[in-house]
Amino acid sequence: MSTFTIIPIVFVIGLVGAVMAYRRSRALVGKDGVKMHSRPTYHASFVACWGIIPALLTLAVWLIVSPIVISTNVSGNFPEGVLAQSQLTEGLAYGIVESIGTGLRVLPDDERATITDTTPVADVTALLRNRGIPTASAATDWMVPLALQLNSLQFWSRWAMTLVVFVVAVAGTFWSYRQIAPRLRARNNVERIVNGALIAASSIAIMTTVGIVFSMLFETIDFFSRISPAEFFFGTVWEPRFSNVGSSGNAGSFGFIPLLAGTLYIGAVAMLIAVPIGLFAAIYMAEYADNRTRSIVKPLLEVLAGIPTIVYGFFALITVGPFLRDLSAQISGLVSGNYVSFIEAQSVLTAGLVMAIMLIPFVSSLSDDIITSVPTSLRDGSLGLGATRSETIKRVILPAALPGIVSAVLLTASRAIGETMIVVLAAGVAANLTLNPFEPMTTITVKIVAQLTGDLEFNTPQTLVAFALGMTLFVITLCLNVYALYIVRKYKEQYE
Amino acid sequence: MSDATANGIADTAAGRKPRRDIGIKKRYAAERRFKAYGIIAIAIGLGFLVMLMWSIFSKGYTAFWQTEIQVPITFSEQVIGTAEQANDSQTKLLMANYPQLARDGLIQLLGISADDKKAVSAANGLISSGTRVTLRDIVMNDLSVIGTTENVWLYASSELDSALKGQYDLNVPENRRPISDLQLEYIDKLEQQGAIEQRFNWGLFTSGASSRAETAGVGVAIIGSLYMMLIVLVLALPIGVAASIYLEEFAPKNKFTDLIEVNINNLAAVPSIVFGLLGLAVFINWFGLPRSAALVGGLVLTLMTLPTIIIATRAALRAVPPSIRAAALGLGASKNQTVFHHVLPLAMPGILTGTIIGLAQALGETAPLLLIGMVAFVADYPSTPLDPSTALPVQIYMWANEAERAFVERTSGAIIILLGFLAIMNVSAILLRRRFERRW
Repeated sequence: MSTFTIIPIVFVIGLVGAVMAYRRSRALVGKDGVKMHSRPTYHASFVACWGIIPALLTLAVWLIVSPIVISTNVSGNFPEGVLAQSQLTEGLAYGIVESIGTGLRVLPDDERATITDTTPVADVTALLRNRGIPTASAATDWMVPLALQLNSLQFWSRWAMTLVVFVVAVAGTFWSYRQIAPRLRARNNVERIVNGALIAASSIAIMTTVGIVFSMLFETIDFFSRISPAEFFFGTVWEPRFSNVGSSGNAGSFGFIPLLAGTLYIGAVAMLIAVPIGLFAAIYMAEYADNRTRSIVKPLLEVLAGIPTIVYGFFALITVGPFLRDLSAQISGLVSGNYVSFIEAQSVLTAGLVMAIMLIPFVSSLSDDIITSVPTSLRDGSLGLGATRSETIKRVILPAALPGIVSAVLLTASRAIGETMIVVLAAGVAANLTLNPFEPMTTITVKIVAQLTGDLEFNTPQTLVAFALGMTLFVITLCLNVYALYIVRKYKEQYE
Repeated sequence: MSDATANGIADTAAGRKPRRDIGIKKRYAAERRFKAYGIIAIAIGLGFLVMLMWSIFSKGYTAFWQTEIQVPITFSEQVIGTAEQANDSQTKLLMANYPQLARDGLIQLLGISADDKKAVSAANGLISSGTRVTLRDIVMNDLSVIGTTENVWLYASSELDSALKGQYDLNVPENRRPISDLQLEYIDKLEQQGAIEQRFNWGLFTSGASSRAETAGVGVAIIGSLYMMLIVLVLALPIGVAASIYLEEFAPKNKFTDLIEVNINNLAAVPSIVFGLLGLAVFINWFGLPRSAALVGGLVLTLMTLPTIIIATRAALRAVPPSIRAAALGLGASKNQTVFHHVLPLAMPGILTGTIIGLAQALGETAPLLLIGMVAFVADYPSTPLDPSTALPVQIYMWANEAERAFVERTSGAIIILLGFLAIMNVSAILLRRRFERRW
């Protein structure tokens, strides 16, 4: 039985147990003089927990452990010396055996029955090809019996798993059902389980961070074992050629500097546009606008934050890029009479401008919150001394809100650095190292996407480099975020 | 105001002396300038919004209409075989030369000679090569049409469609546009016969990926997105709520709780592409889940949405006044009963609002899905979350990379659909908050 049928059946067992437990505890209440410690629903939940949770745990453990046991068992049966002859690694050979095994399972019964331990591999591949299943050319005769053995092991493991899981479920239900008695502290037991579940749910946040760090760490270390860190971090040429099989030692150059420069340059252009606009918008809304204007303008600006970045990317690609290109052609035509566009359609400026549009609402709503949280007493004091509103804002409110605004800018910067879809569509893929904002540059995120889309093999530097880039990106944004959150925390305490 | 009173006092004390210049004009001018900066900033922001929307909608609204040509099709037995043959074996039916039927019908409609090769190929260029599937489906559904003649609406080719929608300049020399003079003549003829029409484009909502613009649609992508939203809802809502209940109601103030809090705040700000790397390394490489599957996409988006839901849920729980908790505890409820029977139901509207906003975020997310292989050419509807599928924003990304003019229109149309979904979700979140929010 497949895992997807086992799980509902386990739930049914638990629920049946729960209904029976509910009835039984209701029946106990009826007897005179008996006072139950817990209400019947708690007895029911108690039985359901004991029926379902241990069974599902068993299932999970079995699903993780059994493939490991089976693969060691089958790999142990590889005939001696064959690996050395056929130039296959053990993992690769096992992969072929596995694929033959999967293929065999698809065959109809009568065809499968013809295959025995001594069937030559050619016959097997012929049968499989009839069904449209390709097999590796490196498959050899000794793999057929192993594939059969693998299949039978998997078959028995599946049966044993089904049986064991059901036995655990029934036993748990039965045992807990027997426990039901007036004195059973079912509520406390159930609440303890619920609390455990709550803790488990909140540690998923930690697990995710750990998962991010470790998944990237291993691949990054693997990458640095092939390409030296110095070459990566200080190289100025990005040209990860996909080397042909056999031509070793020519993996291309992985210089990180052009990507970092592009990321920072585009981010800086975006921040240069977004921060003044966002900040002034926030100041106007917090200090000048009446409630009606505010209640219309603020949500409208926040619409910009809700638009998916792919839409911005498309906007940049179709509208902004061509517009800037044509505009520059007109300008150069007016100035020199030569209609040549000096801004390319995909350029630092295009990407930065469109990214700025996306960032405006972030800057404005973050700084709006901070400006409004400056105590009114400061504002009133300054106005009372005869300062105009703008003087109050410039001399009193902004200095008081400065740490908060700095942290808002840092959070926005981390978003600009991590932004992907806009730069993928608008910044170009050429890893240039230039100061001209009218030329295309590329970013870390663009290169992660470029290295990991399409067919990929996992142990080449070309794909592993994406993880090294991701790790760097993660570290940079993490530092920005942590520092920003630290400032916010410190600032909050100041006025509370 | 303060200036006025100060001046008033000075006036009475020193008679009608000329006002001392304290730079009040300059200061008011600075004030006006400063205010103007704010208005300009807001105007720029809103201007960008209008430009963005205008650019998308003006390019995209035509995608909801598709030019179709009504062609009399004779389902000739010579081409597709007789109904008896079809009952015996479907092979002939599947492999038959359906485009020939469409071509013959069009030749008849336009009244051109079948021997005029140039005219025939020009006429043939008017209809989409997707007619093969359209006609085949008609025959496969109802074998009795074989041998009869029926009027069938066929998709026009994307060039004709774009030309009629005014996306090509038809005044340039013939060799510089994809529609020839002969074809324009035919179009006029068809228009006079009333055989060419712009009809509502249902295919945009139902079809899958296609290399031809006129038969491409977002139906498959919508199903893929729907699967992922379901997975996110089923996983992120309970986990997020459980985590927030623990942190807000039960957690002791210690290092572990602090660590969780810092983690959640950080995860909310980690670039989405990093989650894609996590999904690739953990779910695909390590757990061996299939690439391009909606399940993996859903899991990655779940991890991404969790912080949003947790932060919203905690705010909602915090808004429930302590008096409710005290009352429940005072009546003898246990801590768990207090939380689950009283606090949680009161916080539910806030939690649901946060969840909808998190889902809307997840729906528009593209970058992590690119890394887990959802940029696949998927033409068939996925029947389970484990089948290869694609998502609405990824479909938009793939179409954005197509060079053809007709795809620009399709992409904008798909973006309008995506924005429509997001608008519905956000508006329902706002309504939910208005309807159920309680001020204590």
